[in-house]
Amino acid sequence: MSDIHWPVIVILLPLAGGVACFLWPRRSVLLGLLTALGVVACVAGLGGQVVEQGAQRYAVGGWGAPLGIDLYADGLSLLMLTVTAVVGLGISVYSSGYFERARYGQDRARHFWPVWLFLWTALNALFLSADIFNLYVTLELLGLAAVALVALAGGADAVSGAMRYLLVSLLGSLFYLLGVALLYHSFGSVDIAILAQRVEPSPAVWAAMGLMIVGLLLKTALFPLHFWLPSVHASAPAPVSALLSALVVKASFYILLRLWLEVFPFANAALAQLLGLLGAAAVFWGGFQALRQTRLKMLIAYSTVAQLGYLFLAFPLASITGWTGALYMLLSHAAAKTAMFMAAGNILYFGGHDRIADLDRVVQRLPLTITAFALAGISIMGLPPSGGFIAKWLLLETAIRSAQWWWGGVLILGGLLSAAWVFKVVGYAFTRSEVPHEARAVPATMEWTALLMAVLAILLGLFAPWLLALLEIGSPFGRENAG
Amino acid sequence: MNWGATLPLLVLASSLLPGLVIFFLPEERVATRTTLNLAGAVLKLVLVGVMIWGVFHGSHYETRLPLLPGLDLLLRADSLSMLFVVLSSILWLVTTVYAVGYLEGSPNRSRFFGFFSLCVTATVGVALAGNLVTFLLFYELLTLATYPLIVHRGTDEARRAGRTYLIYTVAGGTLLLLGTVWLYTLTGTLDFTARGFLSGLDEAHHAALIIIFVLLIAGLGVKAALIPLHGWLPQAMVAPAPVSALLHAVAVVKAGAFGIVRVVYDVYGVQFSASLGVTLPLAIVAAATIIYGSMRALFQDDLKRRLAFSTVSQVAYIVLGIAIAGPVAAVGGLVHLVHQGVMKITLFFCAGNLAETLGIHKVSEMNGVGRRMPWTMVAFTVAVFGMMGAPPLAGFISKWHLGLGALDVGQGWVIFILAGSSLLNAAYFLPILYAAWFKPPPDSWPAERSFGRRETAWALLAPPLVTAFLTLALGLLASAPFGLLQWARFITQLEYAP
Amino acid sequence: MNPAFLYALVGVGLFTLGLYALIVHAHLLRKILAINVMASGVFLVLVALATRTQGAAPDPVPHAMVITGIVVAVSATALALALMLRVRAETGRAELAEEPLE
Repeated sequence: MSDIHWPVIVILLPLAGGVACFLWPRRSVLLGLLTALGVVACVAGLGGQVVEQGAQRYAVGGWGAPLGIDLYADGLSLLMLTVTAVVGLGISVYSSGYFERARYGQDRARHFWPVWLFLWTALNALFLSADIFNLYVTLELLGLAAVALVALAGGADAVSGAMRYLLVSLLGSLFYLLGVALLYHSFGSVDIAILAQRVEPSPAVWAAMGLMIVGLLLKTALFPLHFWLPSVHASAPAPVSALLSALVVKASFYILLRLWLEVFPFANAALAQLLGLLGAAAVFWGGFQALRQTRLKMLIAYSTVAQLGYLFLAFPLASITGWTGALYMLLSHAAAKTAMFMAAGNILYFGGHDRIADLDRVVQRLPLTITAFALAGISIMGLPPSGGFIAKWLLLETAIRSAQWWWGGVLILGGLLSAAWVFKVVGYAFTRSEVPHEARAVPATMEWTALLMAVLAILLGLFAPWLLALLEIGSPFGRENAG
Repeated sequence: MNWGATLPLLVLASSLLPGLVIFFLPEERVATRTTLNLAGAVLKLVLVGVMIWGVFHGSHYETRLPLLPGLDLLLRADSLSMLFVVLSSILWLVTTVYAVGYLEGSPNRSRFFGFFSLCVTATVGVALAGNLVTFLLFYELLTLATYPLIVHRGTDEARRAGRTYLIYTVAGGTLLLLGTVWLYTLTGTLDFTARGFLSGLDEAHHAALIIIFVLLIAGLGVKAALIPLHGWLPQAMVAPAPVSALLHAVAVVKAGAFGIVRVVYDVYGVQFSASLGVTLPLAIVAAATIIYGSMRALFQDDLKRRLAFSTVSQVAYIVLGIAIAGPVAAVGGLVHLVHQGVMKITLFFCAGNLAETLGIHKVSEMNGVGRRMPWTMVAFTVAVFGMMGAPPLAGFISKWHLGLGALDVGQGWVIFILAGSSLLNAAYFLPILYAAWFKPPPDSWPAERSFGRRETAWALLAPPLVTAFLTLALGLLASAPFGLLQWARFITQLEYAP
Repeated sequence: MNPAFLYALVGVGLFTLGLYALIVHAHLLRKILAINVMASGVFLVLVALATRTQGAAPDPVPHAMVITGIVVAVSATALALALMLRVRAETGRAELAEEPLE
């Protein structure tokens, strides 16, 4: 097992699958599902390798760092790859029902699979990249694939959303690339490990850091740079919304995290506090806006803004438990938000609308779907024993230990805001509604994948020690007492 | 896995698994659903019986599951948890029978019984929790499982009550979480230990410990309906009668009171709490709740609302018994945990019978109802006298120990609270009895249903009779060997041992 | 001031100019052009900074990066133009509406 080149396979397999789906569109559903299964298996293979041998550095084609492209897999990358694989498999199964030809049109069904698999390729490559330029390329590919998927829904909203998303995405990447140029000029390398050794504060580095952080924050949609996210995530087809919220925004956060930990360890506390502050603002603003929405998908999208805010609370906390808490938040949010968008997709599919005020007639006929929404909601609220609870516990513990209790207050109030909107929606399952509704049956695969993803978000709460041990491989957050 | 580690899980599974299966049962599979419900309830009772036998013979039942590095989910059977487990599993069986009868023919029963089973699972989890984080888990699960039961009828009123319930309990759960995490950062452990695990902490932390105590008690006080956190309970009476029984006697309110006992005894330790100076304020809050609840109950015409305020008052006895910080009063508080449950569930069953059979919801409609439904009203009467503390019924035992215990530690004022509350109890209960037995019945009842020669369906009549009988038996047999008093004394001995 | 540094400064200038245009212009074609101007600015900076010491042969790595960057930029522009046409077909205007206010 140990001599198989898993890192390369993990990137090439979805790429090959995408090409195959493009070449044989009639078989694309089958090919797509097979590829998804294959990728999950390969990530498992890579995982076994990393667990057995520790963090892996892999030189593509044997060229080595300064000239060739290096791939690097430690606990952090492995965790991101695993989330992507699991959520990706779920989304693939769901999409096989959602992009049913008869309803969605031959073209869209045909286009979804190759683009989605390309996006998966970009994600896997991004999480394995060991240098900041490669990160740029993968980030750009990811953005382009995501834009294409958003446009897939057709109609004025989706196309305008895609256009807005593309502009924002390109703008963010260019900021990032300018930062890369400055860093390369200063230290003669783009390799993260080499930069980590050579880097020292200078005006050019500060400028690079500013540019890169702004670019990545724009892509991660941290308040107040979130302005583009809700309409884009709400207008995309449901499985696309799910993967945008669950995976795509997390990719730029991942890059930011890597840079922050390794390349910019000297970043000062004031900047960390600022990021935390913006995160707190996002938690409140997103939660508050979510509560005000009248459309379900818009509500879920605003909740993503809020949940992304939590991730940034780890910056001022700056300790291993803080970082792992944020990562756990990322993980459980990925599962929960996928389930929620899938549930919203089912509701739209069934009733043809997602007006919250008229939900009752729909959700009472879709018990599995509303259950999925409720279970995902439990994780988003951070109630035990969900993954969200573990994350909240770790962050809260760190906040109290580091005597920065106000971040704990943000967590608590944010949880209450989420509870408010989750129950606002779930409450519609219990009204007395007897008017029969014009409806089309939702394929069982769609209802069950939504439910399984939600159950996964809950179960994440019970496997924390194991996953946290995985995350520690290669000590991505430094050793004890870091920060 | 050995038997000692499996049994607590089996006790949980005996209601969890039937519950999960019931969710997926089609509405019309009545027989399967009822069989599953009753089989689960009986099985749980058997398992609990085995567990008591084991605990009595010195076996340890403990299940650990790692939750985070250094923090486990822990289920453990000790004498205090057995008290609550026994109460809730017996009352669950009775309530299940009642609910099957009560909801016959109404819609969404699979959903109802699914959440019903989850609710009991959460309660048993609360009882068996061996540390604060496990307690928190089941405490929150209880919130989530009861909400659908409260809004079950789907009327606007029910949904409003559900919303109020959520606002109170979610906020309470949050306070509990905050206190728990904070405590964990100070101690690094949360496992319940007799006489607490905090007394060794540095004095510098004492201020923090007092704040944490307030957080924890506030979080628990929401469910225990201590004033000013009781607002949700009277509103929640719009739920169907079996749910009220569950809220008031088996699960929710009890979980709060039980949690307060746990925090005072096994987290802080009663002596350490007293030395921090937190028990007297708690006793005062409890005393205020007792009087306030009774006063409000006086002015309610709606029968279930009157009973709800009576619960507010009665549950505070448990807290009072703990907060007086003396061994005898503690026995009174602990036995009242059981007594109040048995008595209050009887009253709610009876109120449900009146509503289902005759359409009576108000006290003012109860004239002469004793002649129409004699058995129901006999059960009601027994429970009422128990509540007032008339010997030889269960309530008397509680009040006697509370009063004696208060004098024991020189807190004479408590006697006045007890006397005042008994008077108020009499004032809001006796007129009901008088009207029911001695006033002439009206020409017609608000909405009468006929059950042939019986006064109502047997599934509705048997449960209150059983619990009324228990009220009597608990009073008469209190001092018997293996009786409740002996048990409570055993628990308090652990706490007050030198 | 050596010429390389001057080029780099011009690159930053282009970047800023493009950013300004991206923000102020509503028409999508102008926005797409602005993005391209910004990209050119970044590429100029990369190429200019490749000469680290006066007279020595320039470092080839940034050149490779620029080539990659150009490929990415071209495909992004193609996608942007295609989307712009779709926006025009759907809404009748090659502009983005203000954020929908729910």
